[in-house]
Amino acid sequence: MNTFVIETKHLDLFYDSFQALTDINLNIEEKKITALIGPSGCGKSTLLRVFNRMNDLIDGVRITGDVNVLGDNIFTPETDLIALRQKIGMVFQRPNPFPLSVYENIAFGLKIHRNQSKKEFTDIVKESLKSVILWDDLKDRLDNSALKLSLEQQQRLCIARVLTMKPQIILMDEPCSALDPIATLRIEELMQELKKNYTIVIVTHNMQQAARASDNTAFLYLGELVEYGETKHIYSSPKEKRTEDYLTGRFG
Amino acid sequence: MNVQLEQKIAFSILFLCTLLVVVPVLIILVIIFVKGASALSLNFLFEMPTSGMTAGGIFPAILGTLYLVLGAILFAVPLGVLSAIYLVEYSRDNALSRIVKLAIVNLAGVPSVVYGLFGLGIFVLFLGFGASILSGSLTLGIMILPVIITSSREALESVPQSFRIVSLSLGASKWQTIRHSVLPHALPGILTGTILGLGRAAGETAPILFTVAAFYLPKLPQSVFDQTMALPYHLYVISTQVPGIPENVRYGTALVLLMLVLILNLAAIILRYQFRKRKKW
Repeated sequence: MNTFVIETKHLDLFYDSFQALTDINLNIEEKKITALIGPSGCGKSTLLRVFNRMNDLIDGVRITGDVNVLGDNIFTPETDLIALRQKIGMVFQRPNPFPLSVYENIAFGLKIHRNQSKKEFTDIVKESLKSVILWDDLKDRLDNSALKLSLEQQQRLCIARVLTMKPQIILMDEPCSALDPIATLRIEELMQELKKNYTIVIVTHNMQQAARASDNTAFLYLGELVEYGETKHIYSSPKEKRTEDYLTGRFG
Repeated sequence: MNVQLEQKIAFSILFLCTLLVVVPVLIILVIIFVKGASALSLNFLFEMPTSGMTAGGIFPAILGTLYLVLGAILFAVPLGVLSAIYLVEYSRDNALSRIVKLAIVNLAGVPSVVYGLFGLGIFVLFLGFGASILSGSLTLGIMILPVIITSSREALESVPQSFRIVSLSLGASKWQTIRHSVLPHALPGILTGTILGLGRAAGETAPILFTVAAFYLPKLPQSVFDQTMALPYHLYVISTQVPGIPENVRYGTALVLLMLVLILNLAAIILRYQFRKRKKW
């Protein structure tokens, strides 16, 4: 009944000799929002970056165990990173549009992969902006610099930029940490909209956000997956003492 | 001591130092202009020298310098930028790459006469290009390579890391990332290095002394294998080697060289401004 789009088995990750993730076994459900929570340095961002192999950019990272994304092991020599990263989009902590126009930002991925015509380009840009509810605000300002937008609009723009790739999974690394509470709520609404078509994995520092916005929650502590399950169960009746302590604010 | 007074003294010293730098430059410019302006005329700019360089124009020297600068830039900019891309984006940070970087920085401090000798040995004699525009351009190109590599490296390093990460996360290859999200944002900085190199290539005498410059050659070069006159060397010749050159011709030549460098710089600065206006972060 449940389809898993990401499965990890006995995943260990080392930064040189420091073990950042220990024996992570985690299955992420399709078209659900999965929140990774835990105190700073617990390995949640590191885990997120395993899924699209962004950790490859860091020297000295070593990974053992299996990670299957959409049915394929992503740590084989044949793994096509370019294809993988088209299937898995990523939204970052700080909104990071390029210093280009709104249109050029959205079209960036399309330009790189250039398998569409100019006409389709414009359509995809429009469609992506509509999906993140920016089209009405920005349709007359597509030539303006993306850096002139508000932070919330910039973050929506970054999400739209990911959507042009037609990914199946969207990874979000604390996407609201630079935003004010109102903007945060609106991004969360957007996530509920997006989960109809996409699987979302979100790293968050904000326990209320995980409670409000996610279907499943994984609690990580010191590189271990302490508890994983439906968000409502985790928050109402955590099985582990450490989860309870963290959620009630006794540490972290 | 009173804080206000201290402030005033510090300010005065700083202001005085700036003045000490600016005033001599202005004086030089004024002297060259006052003594040389009377020589300037269309004939002076576009005619061949005559009567043993005491009359006529300096057109071959102007054209020669333009050719040499152009040749040096054509050779050094692609080579320098590409090697800077390799050093910044591809090479790992290890002892070897650090030694290479250090060597490049230090090459910028090698006296230009050493580059001249190097050019003589390699291009003129060993490769058999003779004393020619080709040899001179390559020698000047090698001389300005360190400046271009170093400033290109700084320009590339100043592009925020997040641009690369975003681009890679969207499924761009490493080269696409460099081509589309790093290089365009580094261009203004790369142009700055090119401007610096350009000015230096136009003004140096020593590197062209053994590799290309003709003492007195009142005809235009026909190919890259021809010798040519060049402004800095011509200025040296008429100022020290040939007696009886009118003073305004000497200063006029200096003025032309100065203006040529300024015009080239201005063109590059305008170009850079256009890029900057478009790309901002």
